[in-house]
Amino acid sequence: MAEEILETQKPAKPPIWNDPVYRALFFQALVLGGVIFLGYTLVSNTLHNLERQGIASGFGFMKTTAGFSILMNLIDYTESDSYFRAFVVALLNTLLVAAIGIFFATIFGFLVGVARLSNNWLLSKMAAVYIETLRNIPLLLQIFFWYFGVLRQLPQPKQSVMLWDSFFLNNRGLYSPAPVPEEGFAFIIWSIVAAIIIIYFMARWAHKRQADTGQQFHTVYVSIGIIIGLPFIAAVLTGFPMTWEYPTLQGFNYKDGLSLIPELVSLSLALSLYTATFIAEIVRAGITAVSHGQTEAAYAVGLRPGPTLRLVVIPQALRVIIPPLTSQYLNLTKNSSLAAAIAYPDLVLVFAGTVLMQTGQAVEVIAITMGVYLTISLLISAFMNWYNNKMALVER
Amino acid sequence: MTERKSDSHELGSHPDWSPPASTVGVLGWMRANLFSSPLNFGLTALGLWLIYQIVPPIINWAFIDAIWSGDSPDACRNEGGGPKAAACWIYIDHWFNYLMYGLYPKTEQWRINSAYILLLGGMIPLFIPSFKYKGWISVFLLFVFPVIAYFLFAGGSFDLAIVETPLWGGLFLTLVIAITGIVVSLPIGIVLALGRRSDMPIVRALCVGFIELWRGVPLITVLFMSSVMFPLFLPEGMNFDKLIRALVGVALFSAAYMAEVVRGGLQAIPKGQTEAAGALGLSYWKTMGLIILPQALKMVIPGIVNTFIGLFKDTTLVLIIGLFDFLGVIQATFTNPEWGGFHTTGYVFAAFIYWCFCFSMSRYSMHLEKKLHTGH
Repeated sequence: MAEEILETQKPAKPPIWNDPVYRALFFQALVLGGVIFLGYTLVSNTLHNLERQGIASGFGFMKTTAGFSILMNLIDYTESDSYFRAFVVALLNTLLVAAIGIFFATIFGFLVGVARLSNNWLLSKMAAVYIETLRNIPLLLQIFFWYFGVLRQLPQPKQSVMLWDSFFLNNRGLYSPAPVPEEGFAFIIWSIVAAIIIIYFMARWAHKRQADTGQQFHTVYVSIGIIIGLPFIAAVLTGFPMTWEYPTLQGFNYKDGLSLIPELVSLSLALSLYTATFIAEIVRAGITAVSHGQTEAAYAVGLRPGPTLRLVVIPQALRVIIPPLTSQYLNLTKNSSLAAAIAYPDLVLVFAGTVLMQTGQAVEVIAITMGVYLTISLLISAFMNWYNNKMALVER
Repeated sequence: MTERKSDSHELGSHPDWSPPASTVGVLGWMRANLFSSPLNFGLTALGLWLIYQIVPPIINWAFIDAIWSGDSPDACRNEGGGPKAAACWIYIDHWFNYLMYGLYPKTEQWRINSAYILLLGGMIPLFIPSFKYKGWISVFLLFVFPVIAYFLFAGGSFDLAIVETPLWGGLFLTLVIAITGIVVSLPIGIVLALGRRSDMPIVRALCVGFIELWRGVPLITVLFMSSVMFPLFLPEGMNFDKLIRALVGVALFSAAYMAEVVRGGLQAIPKGQTEAAGALGLSYWKTMGLIILPQALKMVIPGIVNTFIGLFKDTTLVLIIGLFDFLGVIQATFTNPEWGGFHTTGYVFAAFIYWCFCFSMSRYSMHLEKKLHTGH
């Protein structure tokens, strides 16, 4: 009896074309089918076109001789090296400019961001003008300005701008003395490594002692002393095993010493100045996000301004700052691909430009280039998610 | 002011003392904001020194020493033939038409101008708060205007002469790419955002993959891809011109960014809204179209404007694949043997134009953010 009632109270089953479960399945099958069909069409068209143009697909070309030179290489590279080696050289150049850009953009961005918040009216307004001006001008235009408008207009090597007879600036680049290590230099390197290890264990010991007894230790001053003192002692003991190699004018340009090509200088200048505007805004937002009550509370429990900033304000501000900061680093890395416009030999210029032109392997070359950038950005976002989870407020 | 009696202790009402001169007025303001501490004093001095170093040379360069009149490039050159260290505004005057329209035939430029007027005429009512038919105007601008503009620019029908796309250039081409990019990417972005928040795993995975793929690579590789790989993707004999290929690349790229902006808006709508709509018996598309999207899109208008600013700045990249946008035509003028070589003037002019567009848009988006911020 009871079962009968239940049977009648059960909702009527909808017809199959109105059932949400079947509808979802049907719709997804439709989308998947469409995507597969599209992919199949593209792949078959591409294969057909490649066959027609007589291009063999595959990554075998990476082993053949490149036969072109690269303006700047961090590792040894000659024209007889393979395409793969050229790829590595280009990738290193990209990473180099990204690292330089990130370094200076961070420092400058933090300075401008703090200046924007300063209670000095003039400084804060100047920071605002800087941010609003450079942020609203396309990056490529800024790169062009620094490269064609400034650095290429510098005098010829013979009329170089000189600083203390050791730095030379001309339209071929910036030349500076290069350190040349001599015998015994490894000793200094090892002393720096030793200093870092000592500082690490000292900081752990100091932290533990403060947690146990409440006594503080001047970790910062002692660390500075160790990191400068230990290598200095090592240098004195080995008799300063390093000389400087000065650039000299030979023929039409300077030889020896360290040289920075103008492409690298203008690209890193434009990238850091442009990205610094965004970082400044992020820093400002981060610091204003920490409510003033936190500072007041820290003062009330007796912390001085320094520890207040270090222990209360900055850790909380960083929680707001780090995620957008990481995505700015990512943007900077992606924007470094604009190097192609001023012929800085980065991944896009060398690989998606020259190599593609020489081999005609469009699909493989573009796929590798995109793959590299995609890998970098996925790595950075994985780091960001990890950091976010670590730093997220533990809510009850 | 009554005389102050320092020894007065009489009860009763006394007139208020005026505040010390150093705490009010200009002096007080300067003390509080510029010279409040030794550090501040130093910073102010540093700032003034920087301004002194930067501003007078710029004013000299742009106005006082600048060459305002003359009709030959020699007026801007030294005896040696190099450009003078001052702005050469006659160079801008000489190239102005080229910078604005590229190689678009002069007799046909009225077509571009009338499209501009139509666009501006359509946009002005959107800024008037009491105007009633904003929805219709937006629909017109988003769907009807692009069609009209296409027929005007390309020609070939209605007795208009055909103008090939290689002739398009200058600021005109920049605006075409930026506006097409935003108009095409908005609907694709909405669909992708809905897909990313869908309950169907396959649809969601496809949308996430698509969005992350485009967001993870630089625009320039997308443009390279569209210029070298699209021809391979298409069946034999079928081909598009360079501009369309670049437009497809730009649109797909910005669609991914747009999807993330729209997703932000969708996430901000409480779940109760969807549930209430479901309880009333609305279908998925009706729920989205009538309840969720109108609220979400209104919320993310500032984000859309910001995406547009980014896109507007990124259009400069098309010059790398050989299109002559505003920056591209500026670069092209430098190689002219007679009127070329005025790099600084050209870049400053370009920077000024880009800045005007981007700055006004970013102010507008900030204004919208304030207006839409109806919370606490």
